Order: sequence, then C-alpha cells, then structure tokens
Amino acid sequence: MKRCICFVLAALMAISMAACSGTNEPVATNAPTAGNEPVATDAPAASTEAPAEALTGAVSTDGSTSMEKVIGALGESFMLANEGVTFTYNPTGSSAGITAVSEGRCDIGLSSRALKDEEAALGLASTILAYDGIAVIVNPENPVTDLDLETIAAIYTGEITNWSEVGGADGEIVLIGREAGSGTRDGFEELTGTADKCQYRQELTSTGDVIAAVSQNPNAIGYASLASVKDNVKAVSVNGVVPSEETIKDGSYLIQRPFVLVTVEGKELSAAAQAFFDYITSADANEVIISAGVVPAN
Amino acid sequence: MKRSSNLFEGVIHGIFLILGLVTIACVLIISIYLIVSGIPAILEIGLVDFLFGTQWASTAAEPKYGILPFILTSIYGTLGAIALGVPVGVLAAVYLSKMASGPVKNTMGQMVSILAGIPSVVYGLVGMMVLVPGIRKLFQVPDGASLLAAIIVLAVMILPSIIKMSVTALEAVPKEYEDASLALGATPEETYFRVSIPAAKSGIAASVVLGVGRAIGEAMAVMMVAGNAPNMPDSLFQSVRFLTTAVASEMSYSGGLQRRALFSIALVLFIFIMLINALLNFFLKGEKKE
Repeated sequence: MKRCICFVLAALMAISMAACSGTNEPVATNAPTAGNEPVATDAPAASTEAPAEALTGAVSTDGSTSMEKVIGALGESFMLANEGVTFTYNPTGSSAGITAVSEGRCDIGLSSRALKDEEAALGLASTILAYDGIAVIVNPENPVTDLDLETIAAIYTGEITNWSEVGGADGEIVLIGREAGSGTRDGFEELTGTADKCQYRQELTSTGDVIAAVSQNPNAIGYASLASVKDNVKAVSVNGVVPSEETIKDGSYLIQRPFVLVTVEGKELSAAAQAFFDYITSADANEVIISAGVVPAN
Repeated sequence: MKRSSNLFEGVIHGIFLILGLVTIACVLIISIYLIVSGIPAILEIGLVDFLFGTQWASTAAEPKYGILPFILTSIYGTLGAIALGVPVGVLAAVYLSKMASGPVKNTMGQMVSILAGIPSVVYGLVGMMVLVPGIRKLFQVPDGASLLAAIIVLAVMILPSIIKMSVTALEAVPKEYEDASLALGATPEETYFRVSIPAAKSGIAASVVLGVGRAIGEAMAVMMVAGNAPNMPDSLFQSVRFLTTAVASEMSYSGGLQRRALFSIALVLFIFIMLINALLNFFLKGEKKE
C-alpha cells in the first residue's frame, strides 16, 4: 500500500512539474508504455512471510527506457511462472534508475550504460544482462550501405559534411541524434569516440522520433537500438559488418553497449526480487531476451 | 435553531474557504519549489554566465550552462508566432463577429473550438510529418526542423485563443457606437476598423496576452519540429531549442548539476511568464482608467 501511495505521489509530482514547466512530456512518456505493468494494489512485505514453494510479493524495476522491451518481456514471463508476484517497471532513464535503486525506491535499477565512477562509489553492484547493438541508420533512398567507425565519427563531428564524400549522392548530411543524457547517445558517442563533439542538427527525445526523422529526410543519418529499427530506415554495416544478433554476440559489430542490472552491494533482495534476478541472469531467460531483440550475456 | 443554522453556514463557509486555499497553496508550492530548486544551480554557475552564456553542453566533460540561446529562441519564437497569428486571428474575429452570416458563423465558430481542443502532441506530429519535410523542399535547406517550423506551429496553436477572445470583445462593443459611425456616412469596413476594433482594444490585447502565454509555455509540439540543437537562433532555418524544450528534453535522463540547471531554466521561464502577465495586466488596467 505504501508503495502504491508512493507511486501516486510520484505521479502527482510529475504532473505538477510538468504543469510548471509548461509540458506534459514526462507524463506522456509514462502512460502509453507497453511494458508498464499495473502497480501492485496489495503488495505485502515480500521478504518475511513468503513460503518457499509459492513465491509472492513484488519486484520493482526502474530505469533505462532502452531496456523497456527486454525487461517488460522478462517481467511478463516471470509473472506467468509465479502468479503471486507482481512485477513493475518504471521507464525513467538510466541515471534515474540508478538513483532510484541507490535510494531504495526500487529493487533493481536498469542502466543501458556501465556505471559511472561516482555512481559505483555509492556502493552499487552491476550485473550485465545483455548487449544491445546500436544501429547507424540512413534513409532507404540513400545509396550508402557501409561506413567504417572512423567515417561515422568524422560525419558526426562535422569533418565530413556531404554524402558525396562517402560514396553517396550530393547532399548535405543531416545529423540526427538523441538528447544529452540519453543512454543511446552516451553509448553511441562513447563507442565512436565522439563524446561532446557531435554537431547535431536535431536532438530528439526518443528512438521512435529519430527513426521518424531519418525516414522523412533522404540526407539524414541517425542512430537507434537495433531492436527498434524497422524497414522505413536502413541500417548500414560498420567496417563491413552488418548489425545482427550474431555479430553483436561475437563482438565483430563494434557499436554495442551493455544492459546492466544495478543492485545495492551487500543489501539482500526480497525473495521475489532475488528469484527474478536469478531467473533473468540464467540461461532460461535467453529465449525471452533474444525475442526482445538484444543479445543475452549469460 | 438560529445557532445551528449559523453553525451550518460557518461549516459551509469553511469548506469553501479551504477549496479556495487549495488553489493558492498550489501556486505557492510550485513557486517556492521552483525558487528553492532553481537558485542553487544559478549560484553555482554564476548568474551572468547562466543567463548570457551562449553555449549549452550539459553533459560534456567541461559542462557549459549558458541559456542565452534558449531565452532568445523563446522570445523570437513567441514574437514570430504573434506576428503571424495576431493579424490572422484578429481579422478572422472581425469577420466572425461582424460580417459572417448565421450558418457560416456557426460552422466557423465550431471549427475554431475544435482547433482549440486539438492536443499539442498532434500539432507536433503533423508538423513533424508535413511541415518539416515541406519546409525542407520549399526552401531547399538540408533539414526542415527549424525556428520557422516552430513559429508556424505556434502561430496555428495560438489562433483559437486569439479569435475567441477577440470575438467576445468585438461583440461587446455597444451597437450605438457602430450605428453612430454608420449614420455619419462611414462604410461598414471603416466602422469596423476605426470604431469597433479601437473600442475592443483591451479585449484584443488580452487575447494577445493569452497567445503569448500559450506560445512561450508550449513544449511538446515545439520539441517535435524545432530540431532541439542548442544553437543561437541567428537564422529562421536554424535548429533551435526553446526554454520549455530545454527542460523537457533533458529532464528524464539528467542528474547532478545538469538537473539543477534544468530547474533554473524552469525558474527563468516562470519569471518570464510572470513578467509578461504583470506587464500586460498593468497595461490593461491603465487603459481602463483612461
């Protein structure tokens, strides 16, 4: 019940924040999330009275929006197997998820990047769940099919500004990216060595927006999680390697990042949360993880 | 008997008082929260560096927190939307209130109401899918997501509030004024522009205030069409970021000083809106006294 009240309060705060900043954005991103499970209405204290055979309680996760698809699928399959357990996922972003777990507001924090030193210093432990490939996408009309990592970096830092320089038709390259703080942007800039140097023409706030913008403009280039890429845009190969599950798993596709589970070091998880953690890091979960479009680590 | 009815009225009075206080409490809580959470980052960054810095790189190794690009973009964007929206809106209001006949007036009035009810995300979506590629093709620029796209979307968004309030103001002009003008030999058009509009000017000015308020506070639609790169707005075709979108686009992933700086941006936006309201209220009051 307390958790329920917490959620309501958090929602109210989000709404009032949205009102004073003149936007309904944070609320809008929370509401239509497919993987967002209903909040537990009668969540009892899980750890004390859970009998060994029938697991009951609640597992709360909070963090990276990039991990929504995979963690939502894992939560669903876990709840199917354990009917007494309620799984919740709050899509707030990697930094917010790490903060939430360090403040004890959720059981497991989700981060689509490795912990920063200052975050690890809070006494947090990280476990890699899976690897996500970041696809570099262009408009389907664009004849370019392969770029090497240095060329991608040169394009994003503004050294190469015309598609004709990399074998395309004449046209100014339009750089589409994500907003500062996004896990995908962090991952992309770190992996291509372009941190803080990208000359973005557009900074959009979701993977879907990036894909939409690239699909609308024949001269655009963008990046997005491979799992989200549909056929309205074209993923280019990097150093000759086409992004796919196999190439990400064997490490030959270079632009990839870890999906990390964050827990508080030394703090015991509730029985339900521990069972969930064990399940998703075991080989049993691999099928679900693969079906969500990312490559399992275990 | 008398005592119990007094008690009853007292209770009712109390309930209504509390309901009224809820509103005041909301305003106070939001204001205090914004000030308390917005001041620290400004002190840390320095007021001048914060307000007049031209570079924003919040997650860089050496972060820069200058919000002048956002302030100028918000001002230019709002002025642009007003420049496009006010003439169209006011003239449409003159037509609706003075010239249009029954069925035309009804249909048009309802259309304006529908326009007012369209959610801002829909404006953004249509802008993103139609307006942005349109600007790219029409002006032969590399990308259409720009200040111009944002101005056009904002101009359309503020039309309904301008039209509705101006119609109300124009319809409230005493008929005697217009009759007198017509009787003196003025044509209907001369009457509308020389008599009706001047007589309704405080209401029309109030409609502009509403429009400014909506334009400067809009985030969702603008975020989808303006490009959001933190550039100085020195061209209509520049990809720009508004004060509102600066807060909204980075808030979800931010932490540390970056997050506190976003609260400071929200505080600046809040002060802006307060100033605009105060200025125009003052202006309207002064006018009424004359």
